[in-house]
Amino acid sequence: MTYQRTPTQDTLRYQWNVNVIGKPALRLNRWLAQLRQPKPSPYLAPPLNITPRTKELIARHYLEGRYANLHRKVAWVTSGAPAEILKALNFYVLYPENHAALCGAARTVVDIATEAENAGYSRDLCSYARTDIGALLSGKTPVGKLPKPDLLMACTNICQTVLFWYQAVAHHFRIPLILIDTPFVYTTASDQAINYVWRQLDAAVPIAERVAGDFLSSRKLEQVTRLSKLAAELWMQIIERGKHRPAPISVFDQFIHMAPIVEMRGEAYTVDFYAALLKEVEQRIAKGISAVKQERKRLLWDNLPIWYRLRFIAEKLGAHGVALVVSTYTNAWAELAPMFDPKNPMASGARTYLHAILNRGTGYKLAMMQKMIADYQLDGAILHSDRSCKPYSIGQMDQRDRLLRESGVPALLLEADHGDPRAFAEEQVANRLEAFVEMLGE
Amino acid sequence: MSKIEALGIDVGSTTVKLVGVDAQGNLAWSHIEPAEPRIEDQVTQFLDRARAENNLDESVPLVATGYGRGLVMQATRKVTEITCHARGIYRELGHGGTLVDIGGQDSKVIAITSKGDVIDFAMNDKCAAGTGRFLEHAAQRMRVPLEQIGPVALSTTAEVVISSTCTVFAESEVISLIAHGASPESILRGLHRSLIKRIVAMIRTVGLVSPLMLSGGVAQNKAIRKMLEEETQTPVMLPKHPQLMGAYGAALMGLKQDLSGF
Repeated sequence: MTYQRTPTQDTLRYQWNVNVIGKPALRLNRWLAQLRQPKPSPYLAPPLNITPRTKELIARHYLEGRYANLHRKVAWVTSGAPAEILKALNFYVLYPENHAALCGAARTVVDIATEAENAGYSRDLCSYARTDIGALLSGKTPVGKLPKPDLLMACTNICQTVLFWYQAVAHHFRIPLILIDTPFVYTTASDQAINYVWRQLDAAVPIAERVAGDFLSSRKLEQVTRLSKLAAELWMQIIERGKHRPAPISVFDQFIHMAPIVEMRGEAYTVDFYAALLKEVEQRIAKGISAVKQERKRLLWDNLPIWYRLRFIAEKLGAHGVALVVSTYTNAWAELAPMFDPKNPMASGARTYLHAILNRGTGYKLAMMQKMIADYQLDGAILHSDRSCKPYSIGQMDQRDRLLRESGVPALLLEADHGDPRAFAEEQVANRLEAFVEMLGE
Repeated sequence: MSKIEALGIDVGSTTVKLVGVDAQGNLAWSHIEPAEPRIEDQVTQFLDRARAENNLDESVPLVATGYGRGLVMQATRKVTEITCHARGIYRELGHGGTLVDIGGQDSKVIAITSKGDVIDFAMNDKCAAGTGRFLEHAAQRMRVPLEQIGPVALSTTAEVVISSTCTVFAESEVISLIAHGASPESILRGLHRSLIKRIVAMIRTVGLVSPLMLSGGVAQNKAIRKMLEEETQTPVMLPKHPQLMGAYGAALMGLKQDLSGF
């Protein structure tokens, strides 16, 4: 006879591990981190004061995830999925892409992705997909343990890889998959396209409700949408503070502090977090603190970060007084803020998620970069040609040429991969960066 | 011989080049030797010898470039090959245009303005396709001395198509071509063509602005120049010492009064 735990026992176990032991331990960790003096860099400002809090937030998110199966339903979703519906149904929402990014920063991708490659997944697949599938097959993860999903939601507004990636996960766990198909938007979305996505969102609700064992409350959905909007608006303001010369925070700071806007949208604590971050950024401006101590040149970054070499690139550029000021990638979670309408969560959700940058024409991205170059007074652009993210990288050759010809700023195409260091040649990247900096001149 | 006022060292993947320039920026002295695995020791010995030979003291500035520049501890300044090749060639040939530098480990296409500034550049991908290493590998396989591969390739009009630009795959392709009885001359010609096509694609990325100029060790190969002219329909200009342009540009930057023309 096997021993069966009762729901009450599960809840108690969750409360004990997460709320009694885990969260206070993480809080203590943050206090200790706040006391420690970070190693000073000769070129870069010290990390933002909020950093220990960011780390605590992320650690808490994965701590809750670790025990989530004891306590509530779990959904795995793509980064551009309309997760507000699931949040409103009290799902614990996990973003495998964020998890893979975390593995990238923790430099565990090769070990974990190899597990997927050994199972037959091609190395030409996105390294996020390989990392998460590898984690799923082997249980390897730097966050301890990932919760098993009860439901999957994939939205094609970021790429087509998610389609089969999530089908593979659905097959593995034998669980339902909600697919949201977003037609490509060349300029702006037509009414038909919005209606098409809207209907899919409507159709998703009963499936999610069935898994959740609860009904979707429209009041709760409005509330979650409002919180998503508020956090995205704050994030937008934080990014826009980069227009100040010298820039108070860099794109590298944005990469580090963007995790909550991606994976903790729709939570009140996320709004509080970004309000605090905005305050700190404004204090930096008031005190004259800049991300790069001697800011000489200002650049744009296109595409995902190279997660395993953030510091290396920041130091390399910082040493020459070059600051990365704004990026199309971190901006992706800000630019849609105005489209969220808490009064009409379904219709506005359809519109918002259709207009994700990767679901739009390459001309749109070019125009955005050109606007950023003017608004942020930039001297050039670095376009990361990301082996793993084809939809983001396609068109970069032409975009690079047109930035040079039309905006008159030099642009560098840098080949790498957002997660897999095996597709990264340090010496050659360093050489290109140095040559580019020399080209920018004194 | 005029007095050497500055030194430039180009620590490449295949060879190490050292150049001395006089106060007017003329190339006064140079030396080339194959790169050894212990770069630091080699560079120290190399510099000691050069200094003794020319009666130079430690105060003569030294600018380092090339992949191994980080290991040149004595250098007063370190600059990438892109800037150095552009400066060297601009001073030597006297005008801007499109510079193709084919080195042992990587190839670059550099757009130089009429004032000598670098405005754009493209480099080969992470692999050795489109670099000197590609031909070096092939030369070894065909048992033809490296200096001879150009003339051998030009000695025939027959040409086999090598579809792969990847050094490793091209080698397998060559092995099967040999097995099928293709002549070594036609294979070598095909290999040159494959390399040039790769370079032309890079030239297109940057955009060809006449004149087309060539530097780097591989420029000494006559077939490269000829085929580049054929493929681009543009005459190619070559400096007197293409292999030294990086070290020369570096040395020019070491002069107190910058005479590189900028």
